[in-house]
Amino acid sequence: MTAVLELRGVDAWYGNTAVLRGVTLDVQDGGMVALLGANGAGKTTTLRAICNMGVRTRGEIRLAGQRIEGQPTERIARLGVGHVPEGRGTFLGLTVDENLRLGGYLRRDRKVASDTSKMFGYFPVLRDRLFQQAGTLSGGEQQMLAIARALMSRPKLLLLDEPSFGLAPILVQEIFRILRVINQEERMAMLVVEQNARLALDLVGQVFLLETGRVVASGPPQQIAADESVRRAYLGQ
Amino acid sequence: MQALLHQLLSGLANGAIYASVALALVMIFKATHEVNFAQGELAMFSTYIAYTLIEAGLPYWVAFLITLIFSFVTGIGIERLLMRRIQGKSQLTAVIVFIGLLVAVNGLASSLFTSSIKPFPSPFPSQAWYGTTYLSPHEVGMIVVTLVVLGIVFAFFRFTRLGLAMRAAAENPASSRLVGIRVGWMLALGWGLASVLGAVAGMMAAPIVFLEPNMMGGVILYGFAAALLGGIDNPWGAPIGGFMVGVLENLAGAYVVGSHLKLAVALFVIVAVLVFKPSGLFGRTVVVRV
Repeated sequence: MTAVLELRGVDAWYGNTAVLRGVTLDVQDGGMVALLGANGAGKTTTLRAICNMGVRTRGEIRLAGQRIEGQPTERIARLGVGHVPEGRGTFLGLTVDENLRLGGYLRRDRKVASDTSKMFGYFPVLRDRLFQQAGTLSGGEQQMLAIARALMSRPKLLLLDEPSFGLAPILVQEIFRILRVINQEERMAMLVVEQNARLALDLVGQVFLLETGRVVASGPPQQIAADESVRRAYLGQ
Repeated sequence: MQALLHQLLSGLANGAIYASVALALVMIFKATHEVNFAQGELAMFSTYIAYTLIEAGLPYWVAFLITLIFSFVTGIGIERLLMRRIQGKSQLTAVIVFIGLLVAVNGLASSLFTSSIKPFPSPFPSQAWYGTTYLSPHEVGMIVVTLVVLGIVFAFFRFTRLGLAMRAAAENPASSRLVGIRVGWMLALGWGLASVLGAVAGMMAAPIVFLEPNMMGGVILYGFAAALLGGIDNPWGAPIGGFMVGVLENLAGAYVVGSHLKLAVALFVIVAVLVFKPSGLFGRTVVVRV
């Protein structure tokens, strides 16, 4: 097993405000990892640090062994990181079709069309909405579009920032089920930031728990879920 | 009736120039939310390049093409060397840099080419076509060239991968980077294309307004009016606004305010749009909390 993503002692700042302090974590090839923690713990910042999005970092970030810290965001995308950002990052004024084509922007191979139909297999509603402006889609549909857009680039690693945000519980279940299928069928590694700890614990193989910018616990979900303080703080038990 | 038709048609011909300028302004506005006050001066400078090439003995359309390439490269250069340094700075900084650019290009043209007024050739025949007297061949040519150029630009944005990437970069730079688009280069390409549109407008306008460093002063005002009327964030609205302003200018000049006050029509349109419908006829209203 090799790691597709490694963070070693990563600090991060917005301006002069330190948000991450010495974060160390791994995502194994084909692994599915959750990043849990309270609001403001630094979950989103961790994803932004990986993609070098408007945050200053120090420390080591490796993608498939290669150092990527400090590279421009678009270069990191080219190296194989797909990112469903906080707030979904939909191109609201463009059509669903154009959003998907942008997802495959970097690809020169011939399989883009067959991948598009694969997306319709995962998210049939996108086919019905294909030529609508993405801004007219419901929140759940936009979330599906955001995931499909990121998948279209065939990333080595998919970063998901709160895929459950603002969605009806039944839809959240469905999206997580699909993520699981993609993770298993495509062996695509995923790092998921989630508020809904219970849901994430069911989904992933490995959990990192962040508190005020530090990793305070990590391990398989059963172990994390068994931890007394985690149960009290995040599972409401 | 004949006179009215004549005014309408030649208004459309002027409108073609305003349409190109307006689209150039809108393209840069969409990408940066800044209005390029130097657009007209850049167009004027491009026209001088065309003039120099034609004087050197090149056929008109060869000079035309080289001028477009020159303008494209210059536009990219200005974005890469100058505008990217003020990215993320305040709007006021951008305005000052644009005005500085305007003055600098104007001064450069005066010193390189002198400010004496020069005639600029039209590539179209001077004899009236098909016996029509409503429009001169140059006016017909202006409309045709503009429509062809606008058609190419819209097809580029609508049907090519690069055009889609440019639209994406203008709409959502952060997400564009996440899918691997080099947003900085898209802005530079936008500047290049806007300069090309400006150059077309300049070369089409020069046979009418004559070539001199201040030739675009009036045109750019009509271009602003056209861009605002069409909706400053709507690329489809810009050409429509351009043709409307051209017709309005001509009709008002002929029947209402007289030809001496025609330029006031542009200012009137600008003020009227900003007061009564700031989003323009085809624009979207965007509410921003500040």
